[in-house]
Amino acid sequence: MLLITCPWCGPRDEAEYHYGGQAHVPYPGNTADLTDEEWAAYVFYRDNPKGPFAERWMHGTGCRRWFNVLRDTTTYEVLAAYRLDEPRPALPQAGGNR
Amino acid sequence: MTTQPLPEHPDFLWRNPEPRSSYDVIIVGAGGHGLATAYYLAKNHGITNVAVLEKGWLAGGNMARNTTIIRSNYLLDESAAMYEHALGLWERLPEELEYDFLFSQRGVLNLAHTLQDVREGVRRVGANRLNGVDAQWLTPDEVAEVCPILNVSPDTRYPVLGATFQPRAGIAKHDHVAWALARRADELGVDLIQGCEVTGFVKDGDRVVGVETNRGRILAGRVGLAAAGHSSVLAEMAGFRLPVQSHPLQALVSELHEPVHPTVVMSNHVHVYVSQAHKGELVMGAGVDAYNGYGQRGSFHVIEHQMAAAVELFPVFARAHVLRTWGGIVDVTPDASPIIGATPVENLYVNCGWGTGGFKATPAAGWTFAHTIATGEPHPLNAPFALERFTTGALIDEHGAAAVAH
Ligand SMILES: Cc1cc2nc3c(=O)[nH]c(=O)nc-3n(C[C@H](O)[C@H](O)[C@H](O)COP(=O)(O)OP(=O)(O)OC[C@H]3O[C@@H](n4cnc5c(N)ncnc54)[C@H](O)[C@@H]3O)c2cc1C
Ligand SMILES: [Zn+2]
Repeated sequence: MLLITCPWCGPRDEAEYHYGGQAHVPYPGNTADLTDEEWAAYVFYRDNPKGPFAERWMHGTGCRRWFNVLRDTTTYEVLAAYRLDEPRPALPQAGGNR
Repeated sequence: MTTQPLPEHPDFLWRNPEPRSSYDVIIVGAGGHGLATAYYLAKNHGITNVAVLEKGWLAGGNMARNTTIIRSNYLLDESAAMYEHALGLWERLPEELEYDFLFSQRGVLNLAHTLQDVREGVRRVGANRLNGVDAQWLTPDEVAEVCPILNVSPDTRYPVLGATFQPRAGIAKHDHVAWALARRADELGVDLIQGCEVTGFVKDGDRVVGVETNRGRILAGRVGLAAAGHSSVLAEMAGFRLPVQSHPLQALVSELHEPVHPTVVMSNHVHVYVSQAHKGELVMGAGVDAYNGYGQRGSFHVIEHQMAAAVELFPVFARAHVLRTWGGIVDVTPDASPIIGATPVENLYVNCGWGTGGFKATPAAGWTFAHTIATGEPHPLNAPFALERFTTGALIDEHGAAAVAH
């Protein structure tokens, strides 16, 4: 069970949240001009890194707000949780307290 | 039905050769799919100068972590053709490989708990029959006849309103399947190289000409990826993207029991599937953990949920104990169907995206992937499963069709 800190409600069990996949995937601006390849990239392709991953979570049984989490997909360690209007935080230094 | 002792197996099933400096074909990943591909490259296409490179040990990935359900009752034509081809191969492989890997055609029930489940099931039975797949629709009483320990009374939280039944479906002993394929591939000349991790690709322009490994550079005419949960990691090394997300998928077993469960029961609605292995342990699988993960472990609440559903369906399980839980890493595509075919890199082929349900496909994945690598063209069975479908839009959307697809 992950322990995730909602930016508004504080630390809660994973079971209170819904997962939303990769964060920071903007809707394309020039939709009329997109090629099939570009549409495919937007609709079907998401990063799938082994290591730190910025992803969306929603606090379903709490404030019901979306926010972003930086989490390591190998250790599952939650590295940071931040609001949608905040930029992705820099990664903690390698060799630090990860 | 009685519990059976497992068959003895010889001490050494394959050589453990040092990697040579080059091969005609390198397969990355010695799970079931990589091993089946190597076997059929040798057997069907006479290509024996082949190495299978495995970063860990043979079948240490999903191949020996799955719940071994084999069935072919998929809704869509492309899937039914692929999985039915696999089932046909399963039916003859024990003899062909001269290895009894306990393939047991005890049937599978897919339970319906809602009106929507009933409609989906009845429709799928019709579609299956049109595709030559054995399928029946059973009423609750008929379900109870096939599996007497199932609670089919109407006053439960998840009443059983009926079920689809595929009598030819079943289970097999997964590690023995891997060993059977490995032994025969080895006999045919394939080098199975364990402890050999692919860390990069050697390219000449847009063409792959070899791989970098922790045991040095190995050149190859063609390279086939069969790395399941790690497919995206390898694709990134090779310089292209896959529409795949890796998730933890968990399963568990109970201690050994007398035979009580004669078939395989799956419930998409409550997310549990159960069989009883030959030795006697109850084997249960869950749905995937929602988050991406490469950790071969998931969260406990998923197991809790799965066991609550299992005990509701099978009241006798309330007294059983969990002996062991584990997880694998499954590679899930947007349409819940696999990707088998060419990649943007010349001479590099990929077989991935089997997600939660690729064990049952092992022989067909190997058959079609070997064909694709050997001839440079897809086999008719895997042509619809090309990577391009995510650009053309010709998806094979088994998500809606089969829900939990194990
Ligand atoms: C809990 C669970 C239950 C399941 N239940 C079922 C079921 O009931 N029925 C069903 O049909 N399917 C089931 N599946 C799915 C099935 O197990 C997989 O779809 C299938 O095993 C994938 O093919 P594989 O056997 O080749 O994969 P794997 O055995 O995972 O093989 C991939 C191999 O690639 C290796 N590898 C990765 N990266 C590298 C690298 N860089 N260099 C070298 N080697 C590398 C890995 O170590 C691994 O051994 C289940 C899966 C899980 C986890
Ligand atoms: Zn909150």
